[in-house]
Amino acid sequence: MSGALLSVEDAVVDLPTPRGNLRAVDHVDLAVGAGKTLGIVGESGCGKTMLSRAVLQLLPKKAKLSGRVMFDGQDLTTLSAEKLRKLRGRSLAVVFQDPMTSLNPVLTIGTQLIETIQEHLELDLAQARQRSTELLTAVGIPAPEQRLTQYPHQLSGGMRQRVAIAVALSCEPKLLIADEPTTALDVTIQAQILDLLAREQQRRHMAMIIITHDLGVVAGRTDEVAVMYAGRVVERAPTPALFKQMRMPYTEALLAALPKLDVPPHTPLPAISGRPPDPTRPLKGCSFSPRCRYSAGRCSTEKPQLSPAETSEHLYACFHPIAARVSA
Amino acid sequence: MLFFVARRLLYLVPVLIAVSVLTFVIASLLPGDLAYVILGDQATPENVAALRHDMGLDQPIWLRYLGWLWHILQGDFGRSFRTGQTVWQAVSERVPVSFELMILAELIGLAIGVPLAIACAAKAGSAFDRLMTGSAFGMLSVPTFLSAILLIYLFAVELRLLPATGYVPFTEDPVANLRFMVLPALTLGLAEWPGIMRVLRSDMIAALQEDYIALAKAKGLKPSRILFVHALKPSSLTLVTITGINIGRLIGGAVIVESIFALPGIGRLLVGAIYTRDLIILQGVVLLVAAGFVIMNFIVDLLYAVLDPRIRHGHA
Repeated sequence: MSGALLSVEDAVVDLPTPRGNLRAVDHVDLAVGAGKTLGIVGESGCGKTMLSRAVLQLLPKKAKLSGRVMFDGQDLTTLSAEKLRKLRGRSLAVVFQDPMTSLNPVLTIGTQLIETIQEHLELDLAQARQRSTELLTAVGIPAPEQRLTQYPHQLSGGMRQRVAIAVALSCEPKLLIADEPTTALDVTIQAQILDLLAREQQRRHMAMIIITHDLGVVAGRTDEVAVMYAGRVVERAPTPALFKQMRMPYTEALLAALPKLDVPPHTPLPAISGRPPDPTRPLKGCSFSPRCRYSAGRCSTEKPQLSPAETSEHLYACFHPIAARVSA
Repeated sequence: MLFFVARRLLYLVPVLIAVSVLTFVIASLLPGDLAYVILGDQATPENVAALRHDMGLDQPIWLRYLGWLWHILQGDFGRSFRTGQTVWQAVSERVPVSFELMILAELIGLAIGVPLAIACAAKAGSAFDRLMTGSAFGMLSVPTFLSAILLIYLFAVELRLLPATGYVPFTEDPVANLRFMVLPALTLGLAEWPGIMRVLRSDMIAALQEDYIALAKAKGLKPSRILFVHALKPSSLTLVTITGINIGRLIGGAVIVESIFALPGIGRLLVGAIYTRDLIILQGVVLLVAAGFVIMNFIVDLLYAVLDPRIRHGHA
């Protein structure tokens, strides 16, 4: 973990709510090496977005973060506001979920690109314009010169997300965090945007974190996957190892809940029954146990810790992992 | 954009017609026959009847309205039977005074309200924010005549810094003109800033919660740029609305303030016309003031389009 570009160490995010303390992120350890990709997967409310905001140091004012966020040799949690600002947009960039709301409606595409470039790079206006045009071309936007003078509402959702990606790429970041970059888009556009992200990641050799609720998104596009549930990482493995042999029943259930093309029509989707636990009322045992079909014995009284499977890179937190159950 | 302007201009026609009807009807409903007012209490019924016939007062109201409108369309708003001045002369003499007063008042309101709103929104919920929001609420409930008297007492009577009443045209002596204008403009401006501040503050607070502000922060922009460009620009729409509506309130306020500070503006002209039952001046002035208000709000509509590209392109 020492050679990683980003390493999150024992991160805890607490949000005070009227109903009590909400632990959004619960003792999470993660690492991404330079030029590598990490997928963070989990359903709504599992803490994946809070985790990404913690990395960016953009948590809501009331939220409390403990633990360390080491990026490029610096602990972001102790960095001054000014130093953070110089880092954000420069070496640490983000693409948000909804391109309808993440671009400012009253500023032109050009303004929103150029202001980022001029903030971080020593370029004059003409050079920044030139660079913006190149970026828009790189993300597959036709007639980039004209787009610069247009406003976000004049572009489709997919085009807007391409603009948001161009903004994120504008200063050649070392790490790009894509927070559900395709959730708000049409299905036909989703693959295009994901492929664009993967292509630019390879070309620029930057590290990338893809946050999604869709295991299918991370399958062919990441080096490592972390599955989150109720604020905790419950399984973590190199992507091929995970899909070859997943251990955690939750990961299996997530995969089973994906619609597949080869099942006959009108087959009900095996959705995960129940709902995630109330994050303001933590469970004593495994958070997934109330919804888990393998739950038995100490599952409801004791919290399983992340422990290695046959390789040290594959970690899971379960008393009844899937492969072990089959062999036993 | 040209189409947008043309369409908005077309909307003005029915509004202005409605305004003219209302003005005429209200003036006609005032008690007291114009002929009696002109001739005084010594008039014989024959004289009155003759004058009524001459002035067309014996005709039905709709005919009189159409006749009035016809003259107005030709630029003839009528003539005061007391001073012999035409409405047009009377108004154009006094408009510069009221216009200057309103502009100065609005500028003072914006100069106090906008920076306070931005400061409060940036530190929403802080002690400073609560203090300022509270004071704004307090100021809203102070009537203009009270603040006028307090300002006169403080600056004219106690400190002797500024004159309490009087007027000099700007073209004659700009410094003296401004010295006379400060207190009346301040009186109106003090009533303006709380509304401006509260509306802009809540808009800015809402804007600062938006995704695009989070992205602006994630882009590493300077806090000042986030506040003044990314948050203020989308929030300024309601500010423009408020400014437009305020002009109506300022006209009402000008009636009181011009009377207190003895400024020869439109407000005093109106009050005078009411006291002397100068109906022709009255209805002419009310119509012109209403038309001015409608046109100001037309300009506000155009400003929306300048500020928000979505309106300019016909999306919203």
